[in-house]
Amino acid sequence: MQGRLGTVYRGGAGQWTWALHRITGIGVFLFLLAHILDTALVAFGEEAYNRVIAIYTTPVVKLFEIGLAGMVLFHALNGVRITVIDFFPRTARYHKQLSYAVVILFFTLMIPATFFMGRSILKSL
Amino acid sequence: MATSTRAPVHRRPPARDRASSSLELWTWFFMRVSGLLLLFLVLGHFTIMHFLDGGVDRVNFAFVAGRWASPFWQTYDWLMLFLALLHGSNGMRVIVDDYVRRDAARAFAKATLYTTAFVFLLIGSLVILTFDPAAGGASILPGP
Repeated sequence: MQGRLGTVYRGGAGQWTWALHRITGIGVFLFLLAHILDTALVAFGEEAYNRVIAIYTTPVVKLFEIGLAGMVLFHALNGVRITVIDFFPRTARYHKQLSYAVVILFFTLMIPATFFMGRSILKSL
Repeated sequence: MATSTRAPVHRRPPARDRASSSLELWTWFFMRVSGLLLLFLVLGHFTIMHFLDGGVDRVNFAFVAGRWASPFWQTYDWLMLFLALLHGSNGMRVIVDDYVRRDAARAFAKATLYTTAFVFLLIGSLVILTFDPAAGGASILPGP
C-alpha cells in the first residue's frame, strides 16, 4: 500500500508484533535510563534517594508501572517467539500460532498483574 | 471451483550467509542470548520489587542497603544493568539505521546513543560497586 507515509504493507500478526516490539523496546529503554539515574541517587545518601524513590509509590506513577509491566512482558514474550523462529527455522510455518500464543500468554499474566498492582494503587489513594 | 493454494515456503539462507558483516551476525546472536537472560533477570527484578512482600511501597535506602550487602544481588543487578544497556542501545542502533536517513544525522544520533550508553553504564557500575551505606551512599563520594 503506497500512502502518505511511504510504503506500508497490510500485514497481519507479524507486522503488528514487529511494530509493538519496537515501540515497547523504545519505551523500556527510555525507562531504563531514568531508572539508572534515580537508583544512582543512593550514592548521594539516604535523604536524596528516599525523597525521589517515593515518587514510585504515588498513584499516577503506579498506574504507569502497570503500563511498564505490560511493555516489558510483551517485549519479553515476543522476543522468545522471534528467538524460537530464528533458532528453529522450521517453526516459521507456525508463526501465526506463535503470535497468538504470545497474545494469550500476555493476557494470562497481565490480567492478574493488573489486578494486583491496581489493588496497590487503591491502597495508596 | 475455488482451489486453495498454500503459500510457497521460502527457504531462507542461514543467518550466517545473510548477515552483511560479522558485526551484524554477532549482534543478532547477542540480542537473542541477552534477551533470554534479561527475560529472567528483569521479570525477576519486577516481581521482587512489585509483587513480593509489600511491593514498591517498601523500597527505600535501607532496603537497597540490605540487598547490596549481598554479592549475589550486586552481581544480579550489575549483570542486568550491563545486558539491558547493551541490548537496549543495540536495538536503538537498529532503529536509527532504519529511520534516520541522512548520513550526518545518523552519525550524530549514533554518537549520542553510544555516548549515553557508555556514560550510563559507567554511572550504574560505579553506584553498584562503590555503594557503602556506612559512608552515606558511596565510598567514592564524601559523606553527607
